[in-house]
Amino acid sequence: MSTGLKTPLYDWHVAQGGRIVDFAGWAMPVQYTSIVAEHVAVRTATGLFDISHMGRLWIRGPQAQAFLDRVLTTNVAALAPGQVSYSLVCNTLGGVLDDVLVTRFDAATPCQEYLLVVNASNRQKIVAWLETHRPGFDVQIDDETLATGMIAVQGPGAVSLVTPLVTGSAAGLAYYTAMRGQVLGQDAIISRTGYTGEDGFELVVPAAATQSIWETLVAAGGRPCGLGSRDTLRLEAAMPLYGHELSEAGDPLSAGLGFAVKFREGGFLGSEALAAVKQRGVTKKRVGLQLAGRRIARETLPVFAGERQIGTVTSGTFSPTLEKSIAMAVIEADAATPGASVEIEIRGSREPATIVKLPFYKRVT
Amino acid sequence: MSDVRFAKSHEWVSLDGTIATIGISDFAVKSLTDLVYLELPKLGKFLKPGDTFGVVESVKSASDLYSPVAGTVREVNTPLAQDLGALSDDPYGAGWLLKLDLEGDPAATIDGLMDRAAYDAFCASESH
Repeated sequence: MSTGLKTPLYDWHVAQGGRIVDFAGWAMPVQYTSIVAEHVAVRTATGLFDISHMGRLWIRGPQAQAFLDRVLTTNVAALAPGQVSYSLVCNTLGGVLDDVLVTRFDAATPCQEYLLVVNASNRQKIVAWLETHRPGFDVQIDDETLATGMIAVQGPGAVSLVTPLVTGSAAGLAYYTAMRGQVLGQDAIISRTGYTGEDGFELVVPAAATQSIWETLVAAGGRPCGLGSRDTLRLEAAMPLYGHELSEAGDPLSAGLGFAVKFREGGFLGSEALAAVKQRGVTKKRVGLQLAGRRIARETLPVFAGERQIGTVTSGTFSPTLEKSIAMAVIEADAATPGASVEIEIRGSREPATIVKLPFYKRVT
Repeated sequence: MSDVRFAKSHEWVSLDGTIATIGISDFAVKSLTDLVYLELPKLGKFLKPGDTFGVVESVKSASDLYSPVAGTVREVNTPLAQDLGALSDDPYGAGWLLKLDLEGDPAATIDGLMDRAAYDAFCASESH
């Protein structure tokens, strides 16, 4: 489904030697120099990511909350203004259509306003899904992805990098909250969120101002990072990636995302199917694997306990922080014991690995 | 030593009499970046042109390594697997991978391989 979409930073990426790949129909930089160096910059200083490809959908109207409580697995009614929540969109069978961040904004009554940030690969699917379930709710769905840019500023240096450039107190913004404000005089959403396991911000800014804001962040010491390190960082932090740990064929409980499924009065799309899964108990679990050797266990590779295949690798990489080969896998629940030895078949050879607790990396706060 | 010749799969070979030294090119190293793993063959293994002799993995991807010539493995750069920096930094020197005792006529064996200029042109066309 390559449509050749370009973010407002595309020309900058090319000019700076970013290696461009197609990602969900967008031309995105996978790296500028080295994935490992970019990864280390985020863990030790500040990295910048162009995440303009992420979908930004606004849900507005007197029944926005009720509508989102129908289509999301978390309790949207419980969100305070400015609060951000990780959530899932499920089909009626409990399969995952997407994982999203939903933010409640403080709108004038009776209007209610929410921002839904969705995966680039699922944007059109989710817009269509929301439209299908909109009838009966007084809400409007606006896809403002192309009108805006989005930049993630991630790492221990993020607060001091962002603070002088924004209105309001970036440092005072709690984790998983967001505010309206300005970045370099441009109207923006400033959100204390990220996908790296580090502290940081995600900024939604006007498309036309994205490059000048980006260049200012670079000049202030932020290191441009590509999708390659975004993947290694989120994997160390054990954050799921749609299409890897999550899919329509899998439910969120087996993926270890029970915290984002809140059964509540009235239910939500998929709640009956998920309640049944919960009652039966999950038969599969998402686990971490640490390999003895340095080979990388990439997605789809089979995981064995003795001669029995117990599951499949969903994502794997070489962890720059641990300097070990790590992977996530979905395996049979009865085999998912931390410390247990397993084998992963990599190109015809059985590589020993140990089941470990997730995440692989947790920042010291 | 002869001039370095290149295969389309980005291995290089250089001849010293009937001994061929084989490695991977600077272009290959640069494309891969972030090398994490290298697997080389056992001594005495016979390779035909196009046979895989090992694997190099980077954070991004795994690539098979192909012998550009025919011969028997007489030496492998064993320490390299523990120091992939030498492969990244000096792919034509300290980063050599293996040496073969050539099978057949040395001159004929590298006949179909590219010289540096042809290889540079090939890389330019591959990277766009």
